[in-house]
Amino acid sequence: MISYLLQGPPKSTTPLIVVGIYLVLLLAFSILNSRRPRGSAGEYFVASRSIGPFLLLMSVFGTTMTAFALVGSTGKAYDNGIGVYGLMASASGIVHSLVFFLVGIKLWAIGKRYNYVTQIQFFRNRFDSNALGYLLFPVLVGLVIPYLLIGILGAGAVLKGVSDVPTWLTGAVICGVVLAYILTGGVRAAALANAVGLLAFVLISNSLGGTEAATQAVVDNAPQLLSREGEIGHLQFLSYCFVPLSVGMFPHLFQHWLTARSAKTFRMTVIAHPIFIMIVWVPCVLIGVWAAGAGIEAPGGNSNAILAKMVGMQLKNPWVSGLLMAGILAAIMSSLDSQFVCLGTMFTHDIVVHTLGEEKVSDVQRVRLGRWFIVTIVALTYVLSLFPPPNIFDLAVWCFSGFASLFPLVVAAVYWKRATRAGAIASVVVAGIMWCLLFYDGLIAPALADERVEEDYLIWGMMPVAFMIVASTVTLIVVSLATKPLPAATVDRYFGIGQKAS
Amino acid sequence: MHNRAETSETSPSGMSSTGKFAWALVALLAILHYDFWNWDDRSLVFGFMPSGLLYQALISIGAAIAWALVVKCAWPTHIEEWADQVANSSTDDKADNE
Repeated sequence: MISYLLQGPPKSTTPLIVVGIYLVLLLAFSILNSRRPRGSAGEYFVASRSIGPFLLLMSVFGTTMTAFALVGSTGKAYDNGIGVYGLMASASGIVHSLVFFLVGIKLWAIGKRYNYVTQIQFFRNRFDSNALGYLLFPVLVGLVIPYLLIGILGAGAVLKGVSDVPTWLTGAVICGVVLAYILTGGVRAAALANAVGLLAFVLISNSLGGTEAATQAVVDNAPQLLSREGEIGHLQFLSYCFVPLSVGMFPHLFQHWLTARSAKTFRMTVIAHPIFIMIVWVPCVLIGVWAAGAGIEAPGGNSNAILAKMVGMQLKNPWVSGLLMAGILAAIMSSLDSQFVCLGTMFTHDIVVHTLGEEKVSDVQRVRLGRWFIVTIVALTYVLSLFPPPNIFDLAVWCFSGFASLFPLVVAAVYWKRATRAGAIASVVVAGIMWCLLFYDGLIAPALADERVEEDYLIWGMMPVAFMIVASTVTLIVVSLATKPLPAATVDRYFGIGQKAS
Repeated sequence: MHNRAETSETSPSGMSSTGKFAWALVALLAILHYDFWNWDDRSLVFGFMPSGLLYQALISIGAAIAWALVVKCAWPTHIEEWADQVANSSTDDKADNE
């Protein structure tokens, strides 16, 4: 049985051809779409307070789950076993919804009442500080880039699983296709992640002789992956719960919250999000441990490609294999568009227009500037993708940790009147410095030394995010209490929620 | 989805007893998420599902149920009302105009 699995069917170029056809069709669709009349800058960059329940759910789900879930969780489960689900998936189902409920709805109310559109605009006004806005911009862009990188690397890993195409070429193709459809209006299909996850699960389990036989192979060959003992520590598990707080500071989600059609828009997301996570993660985690149990080796020792390799090796029909991979690619790439567009919005709205003035930048110039900024970010992401970290899951967790370390800022902004301008700035600075130092020590330095890191980077057994959040929170509180409070006229505008209108 | 509990069964603190129960359920799930008793359990359920994974999947299902209860019984209607008050700030973007 195992020898058959290791051999797999003869390598076919058909899956690669199918994936190629899919990418060409996507490109053609984008070009055709671009010939339609263009909207205004507002329509292009912002949803004009039209985000409904389904779009919000898809956006939240797409942000937190696709490449990270489909490629990252499978690879992480291959390395560390079923405990991966408890680290991120079930915790996210509780924490994400909590953040939507306690922070998201308040932000929606503030955004509606004061007509806010972007995250930086909100913080700039809440703390009456231009400096905070200019500080947040590079920090947020710097944190989004690793996440975009995850999408590019995830898509590259899918192609790597079926072909020997060099990494630089797969990255260039993916960047080109993503850029094409972003600049021409975007194609959203985050729901596809659910379908792809389930389909991969059914097809792969059948090819392994059924679910029971696949799991029995794990019992026989890699039983340690069926529990957390020896794979995940208790403090590590508990401190992972801080990571999902990142959802409170992702720029495009923040923007969706500010511009959602109504508060009721949040209801579907709050309820359905835990189930959506489960539907994708359970099959992916099982596929990861089944791959380990079957003795399948990750291409080049890179567990990121294990899902694609399972699809490529186990499915006897190369056309089905190719279609499934195209589906995985579609799900991954669909999560990128709103984040790229959001960066363009922040650049034009919060930097260019804010600095030069409304009247000095026309609609056409805004769209053009936003697009150039997006092209620059895609190019930068592509360059970074040429020096990939070993593990997509770990890179995603670092990215989420950075956003999570900024979470105390938004909590203070909507719940703590005494938070001051200096406190907010100091908190962001401390969060940024800590993230850079720990990220370098935990991921960059080992990569530069050509060391392969298979374990999480832990401090006293805990994830770095725990220390980053504590540091930014303490800084925010101490500096705020030590500095002059903001004028009541500024603060009171955000704290009348629940009181009757005068 | 508007329900009577939001308006007629609320306590002076602003939340119905069912709403408090719903929030308590969320808190309970957060605690149960740390299933230290499953740490070294390698047993299988239904012949293929690791029990530790099944337990965590049930936490996800439980979270959806708990959040549905919170949405139904503890929805912050007052926030919607506050947002709907006509803002007297026409541009209200002080820093933007500085």
